[in-house]
Amino acid sequence: MTVVLGETDMPMIRSRRVSAVVRGDRRPWTFYALATVFTLYVAALYGPMICIYILSFQDIRGGLVFPMKGHSLHWFVDLFTQVRTGDVKGSFDRSIKLAVLVTVITLVVSLMAGLAFRRRFFGDTFVFYLMIGSLVAPGLVLGLGIGLLFQWVGINASWYTSALGAQLSWTLPFGVLVMFAVMSRFNSVWEEAARDLGASRWQTIRLVVIPVIAPGLVAVALFGFTLSYDEFARTLQTAGSLNTLPLEIWSMTLNVTSPSLYALGTVTTIVSFVIIGACIGAIVIINKRRGARATSD
Amino acid sequence: MRKGAGDIELAGLCKSYDGKTNVVDGVNLRIPDGAYCCFLGPSGCGKTTILRMIAGHEEPSAGEIVIGGEDVAGMAPVERRTAMMFQSYALFPHLTVRDNIAFALRVRGQSKAERYKAVDLMMEKVRLTELADRLPANLSGGQQQRVALARAAITEPRVLLLDEPLSALDEQLRVQMRQELRRMQRELGITFIHVTHTQLEAIALADLVVVMEKGRIKQSGPARDVYAYPRDRYVAEFLGGQNVLSGRVEKIGEGHVVLSQPNRSGIQVGLGSDTRVSVGDRIDLAVRRDDVELMRVDVGGLGDGMTALPSRVVAIEYQGSFVKVMLDTVPDEDFVAYVPERTFFRDPFNVGDVLLATWSAGRARVLA
Repeated sequence: MTVVLGETDMPMIRSRRVSAVVRGDRRPWTFYALATVFTLYVAALYGPMICIYILSFQDIRGGLVFPMKGHSLHWFVDLFTQVRTGDVKGSFDRSIKLAVLVTVITLVVSLMAGLAFRRRFFGDTFVFYLMIGSLVAPGLVLGLGIGLLFQWVGINASWYTSALGAQLSWTLPFGVLVMFAVMSRFNSVWEEAARDLGASRWQTIRLVVIPVIAPGLVAVALFGFTLSYDEFARTLQTAGSLNTLPLEIWSMTLNVTSPSLYALGTVTTIVSFVIIGACIGAIVIINKRRGARATSD
Repeated sequence: MRKGAGDIELAGLCKSYDGKTNVVDGVNLRIPDGAYCCFLGPSGCGKTTILRMIAGHEEPSAGEIVIGGEDVAGMAPVERRTAMMFQSYALFPHLTVRDNIAFALRVRGQSKAERYKAVDLMMEKVRLTELADRLPANLSGGQQQRVALARAAITEPRVLLLDEPLSALDEQLRVQMRQELRRMQRELGITFIHVTHTQLEAIALADLVVVMEKGRIKQSGPARDVYAYPRDRYVAEFLGGQNVLSGRVEKIGEGHVVLSQPNRSGIQVGLGSDTRVSVGDRIDLAVRRDDVELMRVDVGGLGDGMTALPSRVVAIEYQGSFVKVMLDTVPDEDFVAYVPERTFFRDPFNVGDVLLATWSAGRARVLA
């Protein structure tokens, strides 16, 4: 997750630096000191991951440690053909489906909560802390509890029931918190104007509220998806007999001793980055289109 | 454009948010069809609440709102055929000028071709055609106001409600857009209700000025009536242009009264013959600042029925067409004379000069 957070912060940092150059300021020595710290931080953050990506491109003689032995895509092929590496394709499939499900539910519920919490209502503070509480609760324990509860009630734990619930206890508070930030910039006078012009409540939400906060909604969706896609602690005791991808990777670390483990790491990272890139791209396109239309004449 | 039936009657209108204090407290008012009406008052006087109740964004706690002979309680804004122009305009930031104006037609289910035809006509009327594809963020304040006006007008309302429409603009543009509002009102031929805290704006625009204080109407009438003949001290001071003197009536003479104040007595003030006061009354008097004439003490030859109060010049402000001379005529209160520029510079005064502030008795009015 740290990777995702770091990545979304980047555009802000870039734009600030550009504006400093435009103003023609001379950079103080603190800039260089902090830049060094930041570079070291980034190296520490990405270095270990990059080692894994590099090692996944070895040939058939490859081992789990440096030095690198040849280079090929052997372990990627191995990943999807060898039975002994486990059910990578099946678990990947499940993880994507689960993440999409979690994203949709998080998006809808966060939007509704964001709209509701603009006004005070009876018990609002209580509801808010109840929600934040599930963020603070230790994931493993929470997952264990959900697993126990399902067993007690007599429902089979599976990734689309108990694990879905367990993951929502993690993504919903995040989604709602992001939504609060998004809604704080939404001026409710727009809704009043829509009503004044004859829009029904539903038309107001569809034609005014959602389009105005669209970039924020993409951010909430991104949170929902990435949090679910690599969720481990809460899913461990709730996924039932079929594993999600993080669980599969974990079980593979226990019995697989070939670089195909690294190949899997590389593939999942690429998937993550594609999704993050698509979301950021969507936000940029939304904003650009507004900006372009605005300045085209 | 559907016309008529834009007359409004407010009867015993009250609004309370907490059930205890009335923000709007028993307002009765008739606004004729096609009038330009300005609600004028300081912030928190309830004027915007009245506007929002007429618009249907707020329900009255008591009283009636009748538009065109029809009680509009519980009706949606569109059913009332009112439209509101919000303070700072509330243009939809994600829609172009064209789509902003077309919004009301879109939610009515009109096809794109149909609504764009109507919008193009409207944009021509308010000279926005060239900006059709811009977003609100890339418009100037004046342009935004025109979009807001067009967006409201396209619903063909019988009443247009404007909440501080000029407050977001700078001084120069404000005067310009003021004329634009008046022009649009004539063109559309509908009732405009305009809420403002700026006296100049109200008297420049309105057929009917309504001065408010603490949820009540203090005075309503044509701009000139309210400005030149304020009913009480509050209206006189809020609209400005008047000096208000207060005191207890000590003696009543022929065409004048003698007022006393806590630390000064024997202020002789001329009065028109038709005013009725009796000894011991506490009264407020108003004299227009441009009715006050300043004379050197040694000149003499004061005319009949003139009031003259010795005063010291406290400050002088050049205002272009006139000079504002501030005097200590009455203790603890402002007393100002507006002297025409040419008159002033024929024989300029200096700060500290002692002179006579004079006016003819008939010009002073007793306030309620």
